[in-house]
Amino acid sequence: MSRHLGAAALVAILVALLSIRLTQFRDFQMAQVAVYVTAVAGLTVLTGLSGQISLGNGAFMAIGGYGTALLLLHLAWPLAAVLAASAAIAALAGALVGAATARLHGPYLAGATLLLAVALPSLTYKYPGVFGGEQGLNVTVSAPGSVPLTRWQAWITCGCALLTLVLLANLSASRIGRNWRAVRDDEVAAALAGVNVAWARILAFVVSAACAGLAGSLLAVTTGLVAPTDFTVTLSVALLTGAVIGGLGSLAGAVWGSLLVVLVPTYATDVATSHGLSSAVGSNIPVAAYGVVLIVVMLVFPNGIQGGLRRLAARVVPSPRRDEPVPAEMNNTAVRNASREASHEEIPKTPARRRARGRIGGGGRRLRLLEHERQQQLGRADGLGAGDHQQRDPDR
Amino acid sequence: MSSAALSVGSLAAGYGGVLALKDVSLTAAPATITVVLGANGAGKTTLLRTVSGLVRPRAGRVLVDDTDLTGRPPEDVARAGVAHVPEGHGVIAELTVEENLRLGAMSWRRDGRNTGRAARAAAVAAACDRFPNLGRRRHKPAAVLSGGERQLLAIARALLARPRVLLLDEPSLGLAPRAVRQVMELISQLRAESGLTILLVEQNARGALAIADQGVVLSLGTVVATADAGTLAADVALRHHYLGY
Amino acid sequence: MLEFLQFTLSGISFGAVYAAVALSLVLIWRGTRILNFAQGAMAMFTTYIALEVIRGTGSYWAGFAVALAAGLVFGALAEVTVIRPVEGKPPLNAVIVTIGLLVLVEGLAGIIYGGQYRSFPAAFTVTGLRAGRSPLGISWFDVFTVLAVLAAAAALAAGFRYTTAGLRLRATAFDARIARLLGVRVGRVLTLGWALAGLLGALAGLLISPSTFLYPNSMDSIFVFGFTAAVIGGLDSPAGAVAGGLILGVLLSYAGGYLGSELTPLAGLVILALVLTFRPDGLFAGVRLRRV
Ligand SMILES: Nc1ncnc2c1ncn2[C@@H]1O[C@H](COP(=O)(O)OP(=O)(O)OP(=O)(O)O)[C@@H](O)[C@H]1O
Ligand SMILES: [Mg+2]
Repeated sequence: MSRHLGAAALVAILVALLSIRLTQFRDFQMAQVAVYVTAVAGLTVLTGLSGQISLGNGAFMAIGGYGTALLLLHLAWPLAAVLAASAAIAALAGALVGAATARLHGPYLAGATLLLAVALPSLTYKYPGVFGGEQGLNVTVSAPGSVPLTRWQAWITCGCALLTLVLLANLSASRIGRNWRAVRDDEVAAALAGVNVAWARILAFVVSAACAGLAGSLLAVTTGLVAPTDFTVTLSVALLTGAVIGGLGSLAGAVWGSLLVVLVPTYATDVATSHGLSSAVGSNIPVAAYGVVLIVVMLVFPNGIQGGLRRLAARVVPSPRRDEPVPAEMNNTAVRNASREASHEEIPKTPARRRARGRIGGGGRRLRLLEHERQQQLGRADGLGAGDHQQRDPDR
Repeated sequence: MSSAALSVGSLAAGYGGVLALKDVSLTAAPATITVVLGANGAGKTTLLRTVSGLVRPRAGRVLVDDTDLTGRPPEDVARAGVAHVPEGHGVIAELTVEENLRLGAMSWRRDGRNTGRAARAAAVAAACDRFPNLGRRRHKPAAVLSGGERQLLAIARALLARPRVLLLDEPSLGLAPRAVRQVMELISQLRAESGLTILLVEQNARGALAIADQGVVLSLGTVVATADAGTLAADVALRHHYLGY
Repeated sequence: MLEFLQFTLSGISFGAVYAAVALSLVLIWRGTRILNFAQGAMAMFTTYIALEVIRGTGSYWAGFAVALAAGLVFGALAEVTVIRPVEGKPPLNAVIVTIGLLVLVEGLAGIIYGGQYRSFPAAFTVTGLRAGRSPLGISWFDVFTVLAVLAAAAALAAGFRYTTAGLRLRATAFDARIARLLGVRVGRVLTLGWALAGLLGALAGLLISPSTFLYPNSMDSIFVFGFTAAVIGGLDSPAGAVAGGLILGVLLSYAGGYLGSELTPLAGLVILALVLTFRPDGLFAGVRLRRV
């Protein structure tokens, strides 16, 4: 806990110093990145740790954003309370969605959450009196003293993002995080080991929705406006993209992913406009370039940017330090992937498992669980980064 | 140069960080049965997988009738005349019995024999006649078959590929004693009637040695003994130590 | 009553298009366990190609045929170039790659054709059909739409069942490892699956564009509903995809007609939620045969 806090405090000071030196636009970009980090970190926990895909976290952001606008407009609460309340409302929605989708997996869950992202913003058109329809609602916050507004917004968003990261890091290192991973790896085994699978899955949705809600609230605060076009499917897709590109299940990866998702399109637009391209071409080249970047990064770094960095670090330093909250399990995934790649085989299955399952019924599951735990401990004990295994594999 | 139908030289293979086969060599003469024995995890399945291309070898060679198949993907190895009945039979339960059989006869290599549509259909029909239990349910999904029947179907399907070498991974696993005997009889018949070279992995060492010409004992990924079947069966110490009977 | 009939008929017409998209997704899902988010975008692009050809040659059918062929080629090309490297990797990698492809194709369409809405011709007249004096709310082109999709689905079903290639496709879908052991060149089979999916998508684009206009994002919502249809039907079931498409089309048509078009997405969500509550693997999820 204290280590995470210390790191966060350090980053906070750096960010504050940096923001003073930056232009308004850069401050705004920093806030944007922080908004994404908040949401993507929540999603990477949901998808990477508990194993549930969501293409609908943009909807939770919408809930947070509209919650913020309405609270500020009608009740004029102080900002901190508004942020907390928005996260709480979104968490509640997350509980509902999580409970409704507790039995869904893979593409079915993806489909349901995708439709949530499509459908929810349409409510704002249906009730323009409440939500302002197409125009949306204005959100006004004021900065204290002589601090420029954009800098103030950057501080708030970065502070919230850091807070989120610290909380999530501790959560994923806790028993709850362990349960999530157990559920992700094997629901049946987790249930046999006494994990309440449904609760674990719902809780993951609650946590990630709370993060998204907070992010939506922060987005409203930075842009000064909430409108249905801010919360389209594209947003949800961008969040998932950030999580996967960064490295699923890794909070550091959430930061890399957010940077990429926010900065690549802006950067590409800058390049395009500075070359004086016609508007149709100029506005679409960044889009195409972004697509290419997504494909290339995914092909070059199958385990995301963070996975790639780990691999690189493992190559430079033989025994890398482990300062990630979730690495032991990443090891397992890496082993799984490595063995999958080494052979044309798909599922590594040890014969011992098969036999145990065949002969003594459920015994095989128990065995698998034990093996899983043993691997975790091994992973912890020798402090292997994800990259080591791949490096040791002579086929690669 | 050699008269071996299948020859494996200094093969090494594994999964990720695990080396499951180290320096394994064996040769099998045409129309013989070679039984591969060993404890759980000895590497028997890995040996078959490496021969058939499911696992890429890290070192060594795999030759079939002097054709080098080392490191070729499984579809190429299959087309070169190696049929692999994997552990747990590998029948596709969602397809009908006949479709499973048709799949077997789908990738014939051109060896001068008729490979036309009609010839394939005739081969499938002949398989149905030979195994009446399958023929009777040829239009049912393979899911309705019993474990023993599925094993038969898997073998029948492998034979329809007109293989030169047949790899069988524990065909008797989970079968009732009578079914085990039938499968063993079938295997020895196959060698006699079609000149097939068979590499048979078995837990049931006694039964397998009874029909085999040659035996290979694996332990922890290396060959600890190669001898003709009679010699192995008579070697009490070896039996005791590695085969547990 | 007449209104109900009108909604039903036009729902079937839209549903047929959803069914085509759903079917293309199912084809890909069964073969490669990948959800192709670029399916709609690829269809949008082939429809632009059709428009160019129609303008150049003056023949609708030439454009129609070229678009279908382009769909075939694009599908195969996508599989060979960017999908092959992520097959067998963590499943979400493939999702992100197809999302990247979606973004790329839409960006390219914007660069080449610009962002403005273009009208796309229909094969037949789009003036409404009438029964006696009452309008039915559909046109001959809608009839063509439904027939074309059903014919494509039937042709696929027959191909799956009666041809060697179809048997290879199914075997690969059920168990690629075993298929390879039997000599099936799985790589080619998967490419064929993607190509056929590209063709179905192209068909959907040709059929829907007369009523939606054509622009770089024009297939986005069609894709979402096609995906929804596939999920409703069960992603492993081609029959489910067709049924899911038709069911969704009709129900959404009622929702849009009686409750207002801004509620269509919400209605879709409700329908999906209801179906998945009772059938978490879709309406047509077969009994799990394997899965030891
Ligand atoms: N897919 C796999 N991934 C990782 N390791 C594997 C895999 N398959 C087998 N192994 C390991 O390789 C070694 C050899 O396994 P193999 O399956 O070849 O043994 P076997 O002799 O066939 O055993 P059995 O009699 O139990 O079938 C074992 O240590 C096993 O744990
Ligand atoms: Mg074995």
